[in-house]
Amino acid sequence: MSKYLMNKFLFTVDRDPELVERYREDPRGTVEWWEAECANKLLSCHGGEASTWLRFDDVEREALAAHDYPKLFELGAHPFLTLTLFIAMFERDYEPLGFQTEYARRLAHATLPYPDIAT
Amino acid sequence: MAELVAVIASTHHPFYYRASTATGEDRPPFADEWVRKVEAFRETLTKARPDVLVMVGSDHFHQLWLDNMPQFLVGKAPFYDANWYNEEREFGLPRMFFTGQEDLSAYILREGLDAGFDLAFSNELRIDHSITCPIITLRPQNDLPIVPIYTNIFAPPLPQPKRFVQLGRTIRELVESWPSDKRVAVIGTGHLSLELGGPRQFGPHGPDPEFDRKAVEWISSGDIEGCLSEVTLESLHLPGNATHGFMDFMLMMGVAGEGAKADYVDTYDLFHTMEAYFTWYPNGGVA
Repeated sequence: MSKYLMNKFLFTVDRDPELVERYREDPRGTVEWWEAECANKLLSCHGGEASTWLRFDDVEREALAAHDYPKLFELGAHPFLTLTLFIAMFERDYEPLGFQTEYARRLAHATLPYPDIAT
Repeated sequence: MAELVAVIASTHHPFYYRASTATGEDRPPFADEWVRKVEAFRETLTKARPDVLVMVGSDHFHQLWLDNMPQFLVGKAPFYDANWYNEEREFGLPRMFFTGQEDLSAYILREGLDAGFDLAFSNELRIDHSITCPIITLRPQNDLPIVPIYTNIFAPPLPQPKRFVQLGRTIRELVESWPSDKRVAVIGTGHLSLELGGPRQFGPHGPDPEFDRKAVEWISSGDIEGCLSEVTLESLHLPGNATHGFMDFMLMMGVAGEGAKADYVDTYDLFHTMEAYFTWYPNGGVA
């Protein structure tokens, strides 16, 4: 389980306008590129310093590659990060607030307690 | 010593700016009443004639991240840029710029550390909508220096609710012992029941109106003990998955004091979440 790494993907994509569009258009390719090139970047350091051990497990990689936000919820990705990024990608395809209510509907099966989001 | 002239607790609704500035067909039906309520709330700060604002909020994964996450952080900088690309994108918030009250930041850090709070600090902090929203609602001319204080209500493990109350009490003590002749207002923002990224999000009202009713009663009556007896890190999951932001209201109850009845209370039931506005005048009225 690498909830932290799923969150790191969502966080670094959400804050970059070009990556938001790239992830919308090519989710699988973006996830593969990001895991190879960005997953081990230390965000507060220059490129010469990096971590060596971070990788997705198969379920996490597939959830991100499939834009499967109900699965990301189930896996304990931070709901605020997921929501914010998916609004950025897909709100434009819906009536005002339509994507947000669709998002809630697709999570309607979730019951309390929700998956643990602690990292 | 400095004078604490107002204590203000508020929700921070990032849609207010867009709703209040929209015109014609873009203007939502709830905007006019919302603006009326916010302008009345604003007057409670204006009347207190503050010189300095201590602003309590919580970064929403903008600058503070899971590789280095502080629980409580005080900004200590001469200036602060504010609002982020993704807040501009989602909420239409403008970029903003603040002047810092750096000597009060230094005082709160030094004295806060000595009072038992291992406060983190930042000398280059770009603040987000948890602090800019109350400036937009309460002080839109943005003419006063600030001390930003961030709490972690967002990335577990979180501090316990009682710790927020204790920090609020300490902030009050530090403001009132600050060797200055300034008039200080402490403004903090959080949430009542709220769900984001879950099945109860963006409903016709907040996800738990009963929690909201109790929360407004605790806050407006200053019932810290009653609130602490019912609110735990675990219980806050029940009213909505983002309801831990209520702990910033608990911090502000700590600033206001046990049993301190709010001098001004207003609420507005919107889709998605309830707005709530509270003002205390610690010295019994506005001089």
